Amino acid sequence: MNGGLRLKKGERFWLWIFLAPTIVGLLIGSLGPVLAAVGISFTDWDVITPPTFAGLGNYQRLSADPTFAKAIRNTAYYVGVMVPVSTVLALLLAMVLNQKLRAVTWYRTAYFLPVVSSTVAVSLVWSWMYAKDFGLLNFLLRSVGLEPVAWLTSTQWAMPAIIIMGIWGTLGQGMIIFLAGLQAIAPSYYEAAEVDGANALQRFWRITVPLITPSLFFYFIVTMIDAFQTFESIYIMTRGGPVNSTTTMVYYIYRNAFRNFKMGYASAQAIVLFLIIMVLTLIYWRMQEKWVVYDD
Amino acid sequence: MTSSEISTAEKLTPSGKPPRKFNFRQSRYLQGRLTALASHAILLFGALFVVVPFIWMLSTSLKAAGKTFVFPPQWIPDPVVWQNYPDMWNALPFNSFFLNSVKISTLNTIGQLLTCSMGAFVFSVLKFRGRDALFLGLIATLMVPYQVTLIPTFILFSKIGWVGTHLPLWVPAFWGGAFGTFLLRQFYMTIPLDLAESARMDGANIYQIFRYIYVPMSKPAMAALGIFTFMWSWNDLLNPLIYVAKLDQLTLTIGLSFFQNQYGGKWTLMMAGAVVSILPILIVFFFAQKYFIQGIALSGIKR
Repeated sequence: MNGGLRLKKGERFWLWIFLAPTIVGLLIGSLGPVLAAVGISFTDWDVITPPTFAGLGNYQRLSADPTFAKAIRNTAYYVGVMVPVSTVLALLLAMVLNQKLRAVTWYRTAYFLPVVSSTVAVSLVWSWMYAKDFGLLNFLLRSVGLEPVAWLTSTQWAMPAIIIMGIWGTLGQGMIIFLAGLQAIAPSYYEAAEVDGANALQRFWRITVPLITPSLFFYFIVTMIDAFQTFESIYIMTRGGPVNSTTTMVYYIYRNAFRNFKMGYASAQAIVLFLIIMVLTLIYWRMQEKWVVYDD
Repeated sequence: MTSSEISTAEKLTPSGKPPRKFNFRQSRYLQGRLTALASHAILLFGALFVVVPFIWMLSTSLKAAGKTFVFPPQWIPDPVVWQNYPDMWNALPFNSFFLNSVKISTLNTIGQLLTCSMGAFVFSVLKFRGRDALFLGLIATLMVPYQVTLIPTFILFSKIGWVGTHLPLWVPAFWGGAFGTFLLRQFYMTIPLDLAESARMDGANIYQIFRYIYVPMSKPAMAALGIFTFMWSWNDLLNPLIYVAKLDQLTLTIGLSFFQNQYGGKWTLMMAGAVVSILPILIVFFFAQKYFIQGIALSGIKR
């Protein structure tokens, strides 16, 4: 990052023009709001009447709010299952696709469809497939002799239902990222390993896995941050129910801020969410130094 | 080597070579064919899982209302009811939903392409004090969850009277952003600096270097960012949900969710609505697949 053109006299003007949007965005779009969110979290504010100072009141309420505790557990459930399963399945698909096969581009297109489709629209489709009485999934279950499941209306199955759709929606993106990673591995590694008599399993664990770690790391972290913020599928399919069984932190924040207009309380929750994501990202970054292999 | 392998190796024929027997492990041809078969089986199964919801959506959208409650389910609608589409379109002002979505997504795309390319140019081509710190600060904003900035931003927009208008849905696209700036910068870094230097020798100023070298040379990356921005904006639910309430101001996504509230259970019409909201992006995707895939690879793989 050291190269670059030095500015001549009179070119400062252009520099400021080019930088202006980014600086405005940083101030009004990020830095300002983050600081403001911290400030608002110490107040009670419904936006209409002036805010009143609440000190740590919101945070104390949070720690005693059973729904918030439930929202944290639900978020952990969603992220903890969705992200690893999506990663493993996407890697498997990418490895199978990374061969000289016919129709590879067709598969790639098919897997990518959910990634470009509006989450609202596909959530409607999944709601219909999950419908208890005439839904496609329960028809399939019945036809193999299993009991139908009240997918979106049972506290036990609503979250798994949303997780399944989440995996379905992210597979294609992971596949593309892993495919690019796999194609960047020099074939000479595999050739040398084969000459030395390594079998397929050994080649997978000793060559593919270490050299795919940069993509693995990237996909895992991006999907995790995204998964923490899943909102649309929950809004359309369950509205956080039944009995809060799919109320995640993000959904609870939305409900407090924009349904009940408790801006201070919602901001405190958002700050907690921010801290959780930040700590996880930092831990993950540290771990990366240990196990991510860069092929230089 | 395991003990069984040693023992076969020792059983030598009089000529000193191991006995010739058909050995599956050594039959490259068969192994190749079987691997291909197994691969297709896995891929086909996965593709089925991914594609079936789309087929089901399309199929339902063309059914007579009563035929959705038939067992076993009909895959090919009989009769085919095209009327579902006009019925859906006229049940709510979908004309304005559609136009609102087009307007907002287009403005977002223009804003992001313009301001992110300007920022990316500065960060990858120019040299000035504080550049690297500023760039790092920009990247750090990627870690901030959207919900943190959402509340103060909402309060700001409500204080200046923007809530209930389309302004909050597109104005922020004109102040750059970490993702787009990062993606374009990755691409700009691959353009040799010599080009800019020699243009400068010939008397080009910074604006000209940007406009006549970097913009034309980065078309694939711009296409990728443009498509992503359009898609995200088109598919966004949270912002329209918070900022607009009047029926004729809704976008297609929020309109669809509104439709769900009013016509819940009318699956044929809802699926027709889903098809209509997915179709424009799907068409773009089929023609510009290359850029989608490049965009993901570009933003993700290079360190």
